[in-house]
Amino acid sequence: MKYMMFVCTDTEPETELAAPDIFEWVAENDANGRRVAGNQLVSPEAATTVRVRGGELLLTDGPFAETKELIVGFDILECADLDEAIEVARKHPMAWNGRLELRPYHGE
Amino acid sequence: MNEPVFREAYGRVVATLIRLTDDWQLAEDCAMDAVESALARWPRDGMPANPGGWLMTAARNRAIDQLRRATMAEKKLRDLALLQDPEPAPQGDDRLRLIFTCCHPALATESRVALTLRTVAGVETAEIARLFLVSESAMARRLSRAKAKITQARIPYRVPSGPALAERLPSVLAVLYLLFTRGYDGEPELAEEAIRLVRLLPAEPEATALLALCLLQHSRRAARQNETGDLLTLAEQDRSLWDHAAIAEAVELLGGSPVTGPYAIQAHIAACHATAPDFAATDWPTVAAWYDQLARVHPSPVVEVNRAVAHGYAHGPRAGLKLLAAVGDAVAGYAPAVAAAADLTERAGDPAAAAVLFRQAADLAGSDAERRALLKRSTAAG
Repeated sequence: MKYMMFVCTDTEPETELAAPDIFEWVAENDANGRRVAGNQLVSPEAATTVRVRGGELLLTDGPFAETKELIVGFDILECADLDEAIEVARKHPMAWNGRLELRPYHGE
Repeated sequence: MNEPVFREAYGRVVATLIRLTDDWQLAEDCAMDAVESALARWPRDGMPANPGGWLMTAARNRAIDQLRRATMAEKKLRDLALLQDPEPAPQGDDRLRLIFTCCHPALATESRVALTLRTVAGVETAEIARLFLVSESAMARRLSRAKAKITQARIPYRVPSGPALAERLPSVLAVLYLLFTRGYDGEPELAEEAIRLVRLLPAEPEATALLALCLLQHSRRAARQNETGDLLTLAEQDRSLWDHAAIAEAVELLGGSPVTGPYAIQAHIAACHATAPDFAATDWPTVAAWYDQLARVHPSPVVEVNRAVAHGYAHGPRAGLKLLAAVGDAVAGYAPAVAAAADLTERAGDPAAAAVLFRQAADLAGSDAERRALLKRSTAAG
């Protein structure tokens, strides 16, 4: 079962406790096969939103939604079920410093 | 569907069919079909020796039919065919899986309660809608959304083990206690179903404590109202009507478990009341000390109100009023808080002010029985 994990910022990050290390997280989940792919993304200021309306290409500078929580990265996880995906996600530093959204692939 | 034999068998059948077919809708439909054919046949042919087994077999055959028609996966058909013994899993196992899945923290709290009521306890969607004060179609949508999420996000169908069990248990306990309190407020069969489900849980200290707490509260069911349906306070209840076997069971359950969590503390408070021979003999200083501990472990305005009442009996009404004043606006409009203020004020020697407060509490009361009881006290005070 594949899950897309959106890595986002959060207005109220953990401030007391130290978050886990990202390099350890990547190494561990690459080794056990639970991380299929993933990367950081450049700032949303560099985003381009693309639409076609009435056959015409419309481009907008910036992300499609103006929110305080920005998508700053993603990982694709391969897990047996949601509980396993949650266990992987809770050890990601951005679960502490930001927030993660787990979205299952459609029709898996 | 309201007979206990159906309520209990329904949850068991649904739980087993979900395990075998992984299809929540099919499981519910087949369980419902089995109940309907039982309602049609049993009055004519007589009650079978093993009603639960009969329902399980009828539902299984129905599921096999449906899967054949839909030419579904062969493994599911094989699993169903293997289900010769109507109850192959150790008793309660499948229902426990179902409870933990319905109470998964990835589902919204209201959905957890609704889904548990619908699939585990077999409560009709219309009845659940009424409990939540929403329309039947809104509740049906909420239930199907929750079921879709379980399937799409692949929420596992199992009882967690190890450290995960400790993380998941509070949600299960909260849902079952909510189910119990919904029943306690007027639907005894729902309260009894909740107690049956709590009995299925692993013997963790807080699960055992919740069972004790439910047993203790339920032990008063025959004494809580008089013939005209008026609610009676602990002081007014005929204690010989309490279920003393249930009280003994609860006290024994509490004897063995350490007191750390909120359910254990609440159960000990309930046990103080349940074991007092009469109201005057209540060990209020101990009750007050338990509330102090509960306020530390599980702080909430409602706990503070009860704490004020206990201190009012243990250390005088003025001590209670002082604690109540400290809770402040957090309980404005909460009938039990106003009723507590009224009772403490009356005992502090100001009947006129007490009468006004009892009337205010009556205006805020959630049920007619509660309102009548508070108006009676207002008249008696003033």
